[in-house]
Amino acid sequence: MRWGTVPALCLALAALLAAGPFLPSWAVFMLTVAFAKALVVLGLVIMMRAGLVSFGQGLFYGLGAYAAGLGANFFGLTDAVLLVLLGGAVAAATGFVLGFVMARYREIFFAMLSLALSMILYGILVRSAALGSTDGFNLSPPSFFGLKVGVQQSRVLLYAATVTLAFGCAIALHRFVGSRAGVISQAILTNEIRVEYLGASVTRVLHLVYVIGAAMAGLGGALVALATGHIDPELAYWTTSGEFVFVAILSGTGHVAAPLLGMTIFEAIRSFALQYSPYTWQMVVGLSMLAVILFLPSGLWSVFSRKRPGDAT
Amino acid sequence: MQKLSAILVDGTTYFSWLFIVSLGLTLTYGVMKILNIAHGSFYALGAYAASSAIGAYLVGANPVAGAYLVLFIAGISVGAVSGFLIERGLLRPMYGRDEIILVLVTYSVFLVLEDVIKLVWGVDPYFAPQPYELLGRVSIAGIAFAAYDFALLALALLIGGLAFWALNYTRRGKLLLAVIHDREISTAMGINVGRMFTATFVIGAVLGALGGAVTAPAISVAPGIGVDVIVLAFAVSVIGGLGSVEGAMLGALIVGLARALAVHLWPEVELFVIYAVMAAVLAVRPQGLFGRAAARKI
Repeated sequence: MRWGTVPALCLALAALLAAGPFLPSWAVFMLTVAFAKALVVLGLVIMMRAGLVSFGQGLFYGLGAYAAGLGANFFGLTDAVLLVLLGGAVAAATGFVLGFVMARYREIFFAMLSLALSMILYGILVRSAALGSTDGFNLSPPSFFGLKVGVQQSRVLLYAATVTLAFGCAIALHRFVGSRAGVISQAILTNEIRVEYLGASVTRVLHLVYVIGAAMAGLGGALVALATGHIDPELAYWTTSGEFVFVAILSGTGHVAAPLLGMTIFEAIRSFALQYSPYTWQMVVGLSMLAVILFLPSGLWSVFSRKRPGDAT
Repeated sequence: MQKLSAILVDGTTYFSWLFIVSLGLTLTYGVMKILNIAHGSFYALGAYAASSAIGAYLVGANPVAGAYLVLFIAGISVGAVSGFLIERGLLRPMYGRDEIILVLVTYSVFLVLEDVIKLVWGVDPYFAPQPYELLGRVSIAGIAFAAYDFALLALALLIGGLAFWALNYTRRGKLLLAVIHDREISTAMGINVGRMFTATFVIGAVLGALGGAVTAPAISVAPGIGVDVIVLAFAVSVIGGLGSVEGAMLGALIVGLARALAVHLWPEVELFVIYAVMAAVLAVRPQGLFGRAAARKI
């Protein structure tokens, strides 16, 4: 890329923020959800760079959403920013505790164990009548820095907050990828025993990466909860987690901007598929995915990273 | 006492269909290293094909007993055809790609098949209870149980026995074990691994569809039945060790009994007891009860 990543991301952020008030409300909503989910995928991409493919990000996504929902409805917290931070903090704390166990697992075992954990949360949520069981519950509308705003402004403000957070995290994680722990995590993917021989602690780095993934998923979950105004156990179901892995692979793990782009495209495909062929939207999504896997083996981002076939990888 | 027999019978019923379905999944993984999410679609396809075939068969005032044959033929043929088409058409070009990519390919297939099923059969539920009712009920310790459930148990044990015999006592089975053990060396020794893959995937798909077909008379066949089956079959295979027939049997037994215990003694935990067991087993033995730990590569 000719441009530095950080200026390019800042420019894209400024453009999206400036466009916010002029976008039609369906686009604002779609983009809010897309960037909120992109946060989850961003965390997942960071984990995948270390070789951890989680089929259970729904655990932290659901936790973040329910933490925000409980904060809003049962503890009287209404500020959107606080609720989002609460969601991220709860998920990160859970991730920190679980990380002691999870950092010992790799590959398919890691994937399966994280799937099991997310399904336990799903089971608990479905059976807890106080939280609305399978129906979930609606959130009271949030306020922004103590201000009560109308529905339309609230949407635009939430959009702005989501976009800012998504790009802020992307920039932060871009720095992380280049940091010591970030570089080690890529070495772990190649050969972790050699990393241990070289004197770095594999477990500690993986633990850190796991907590990052958890925190990002928690933030995303809380944002989605605020954007849709409704939460239900489906957020923790395995299909939700599967979708995140889906988008992570579709985007490619080569760059932190890839998940942002990938999730937006995914949400757009899904929204239009839902609108124009409501009975076959899953088929459209599935076929698009197959097409990407077949024709763009390293994800959508490979279109932008100008690597000629002869280049060394 | 009544409760105990109820738990045992419910547990074994649950075990029967879980085992049939999971065996297909675990075989596919063992040989091909593909965690086949589309397995749930095979299950749903089998259930739909069986219930609509039974419906069509019974319209013509044919003897009800023949419905069992119809059920088997419908389940096996739909599994074989769809399995063959997917393996040859879609998976074959993908071999050699990353395991996770193959999971996503099957996930895409699953999404597509979900809608294909809706397009073909519509969204209204199908019922085909005649084979279930025909066998009547038997009474054990004062509770009446459907005899169909016991027939299902017999079928599961028969399939398990057949799989064990085929793998350990036939030439082809031993070749397959060799492929499971080391794909590369098997190729070098002249085993046609490509053909083995096709055969395994078709057998896996047939088992999934058969699981759906034999369950169809006992349930209402509606959209979405495949989704839950996948995670359950994953849980069973992972508990037993992915790729192990004995493991699938033990895993299905553990999951079946755990669920039956929960349903009768502590219904609130019914949904997640299975995953709690799975997490507990993974925490102690990541490779599952019968799995072999992979050597670490230096």
